[in-house]
Amino acid sequence: MSTKYSFGKQIREGLFENNPVLVQLLGMCPTLAVTTSITNALGMGLAATAVLICSNFLISLLRKFIPKQVRIAAYIVIISGFVTAIELLMKAYFYDLYGSLGLFIPLIVVNCIILARAEAFASRNPVIPSIMDGVAMGLGFTFALVLLGAVRELLGAGTLFGFAVLGSRYQPALLFIQPPGAFLTLGLLIAAVQKIRNVMKDKKKAAKQNAQKKSENAGEEEQA
Amino acid sequence: MPELLTVCPSPHIKHPATTTTVMRDVLISLTPALLWACYVFGSRAITVTALCAISCVFFEWLTQKLLHRPITVADLSAAVTGMLLGFNLPSTAPWWMCVAGSAFAIVLVKQMFGGIGKNFMNPALAARVFLFSWPTQISAFPAPFHRLPFWQLTVKEADAIASATPLAQMRGGEMDAVSPADLFFGRVGGCIGEISALLLLIGGVYLLVRRVITWHIPVAYLGTVALLSCLAVPAGMETAEYVLMQLCSGGLMLGAIFMATDYVTSPITSRGRLLFGAGCGVLTVLIRRFGGYVEGVSFSILIMNSLVWYIERITRPRVFGGDR
Repeated sequence: MSTKYSFGKQIREGLFENNPVLVQLLGMCPTLAVTTSITNALGMGLAATAVLICSNFLISLLRKFIPKQVRIAAYIVIISGFVTAIELLMKAYFYDLYGSLGLFIPLIVVNCIILARAEAFASRNPVIPSIMDGVAMGLGFTFALVLLGAVRELLGAGTLFGFAVLGSRYQPALLFIQPPGAFLTLGLLIAAVQKIRNVMKDKKKAAKQNAQKKSENAGEEEQA
Repeated sequence: MPELLTVCPSPHIKHPATTTTVMRDVLISLTPALLWACYVFGSRAITVTALCAISCVFFEWLTQKLLHRPITVADLSAAVTGMLLGFNLPSTAPWWMCVAGSAFAIVLVKQMFGGIGKNFMNPALAARVFLFSWPTQISAFPAPFHRLPFWQLTVKEADAIASATPLAQMRGGEMDAVSPADLFFGRVGGCIGEISALLLLIGGVYLLVRRVITWHIPVAYLGTVALLSCLAVPAGMETAEYVLMQLCSGGLMLGAIFMATDYVTSPITSRGRLLFGAGCGVLTVLIRRFGGYVEGVSFSILIMNSLVWYIERITRPRVFGGDR
């Protein structure tokens, strides 16, 4: 098992190489809607992560018990149970955040990242890796949201976590906290991530070719 | 490379027009309106326009340099974008707004989509809508003949008194506030380049004569606005007077003649252009009458820009001898 699943690799996949938002383009609705500030983004990301970890755990546990024909319905029931729990917890302990996220907390039920991980990972893998997958993908989601929220809050309000950082002379560009700003910023972020991935891929390829050449050269020298 | 043989498919008709000459013609045709703005709003109008043009050219050069693309700033298209952006700002616009708008127009709207010929929206208009991020600054229209000197980079609060534009006054029911003649000649408040309908029309005629634009879009656009305005004349007003006021106020002339006719973001067939212009007209009238903003020219042109792909599809010419 330790050879098949590596937590480090899962984290790397979730945060960057296979980031649910920036690469798989899942969960666009909360991504675009609640990232008007870092606080909101972080709250949304962590709430979804908690749900994802719990649902991955339970679905993986029940994966041999749930009949194939009704699996989606079963997943949704499990997910919505956890979402309700999270919603009540947030209402009790983080009321301000609960107020600003509003409808988007119950909407975590239909977040495609959670359903996608249930279907693609938790339903066919053992419990521990499924929990790890939940952690990795959830952190990836949170990372993307916080990045987006940071850019939008900084440009659109001149603040970070509500603290003014750009000084009083900065005139906030309202567009960035309005919906078009979300689309623009997300598009540019996706483009940047894609660029970085391409560069990394090229580097890997070049390194491989170099290694091959070296071994070929070495072979030739031996023959000589 | 003159020593190379140029091989290309027919028709082999040579025309001296290049991007540079076309853009130079547009710049020339905009100059009278700029000089008039200088007379009405003071020489700061030139500062704003020049700042926009220079920063547009700079950002075009910078992005092309960074993206390792061929540097094409000499084709003047960025300068035209900058000049049009400046024309869409009030003469009180702070310097950083000109720079931010230019960066948005060139980097995001034009170069991110592949540079000249590949943007799907008019960069200058998109930047103007982006600049609504600062609602106070973009609608701080000075009263006409309240002249600001060109060296004033930051405008003092007292100078940036927002005066209601004719369209806002008409929306508010003050029909007598401006006369149609004032609107036609441009003795009114507003953005730098939009005030004088007469000078914009002269520029338009120059472009028509030089065959830079065709008549289809401006005529369809202005015609639709005129026709629809006829249907909604407020009580106690002459139809002709009201229609003239609608045609000459706001950015309609500037938009219909210089913005909607942008080659890249308008259809290529005559029928498509008529449809495009009519669509702009309908949207403008609807926004002016029912919208949240008093002026809808920029929004309608941008909306129609994004529909050009569909217009091209339904107005595709029939292949000669082929089926419908």
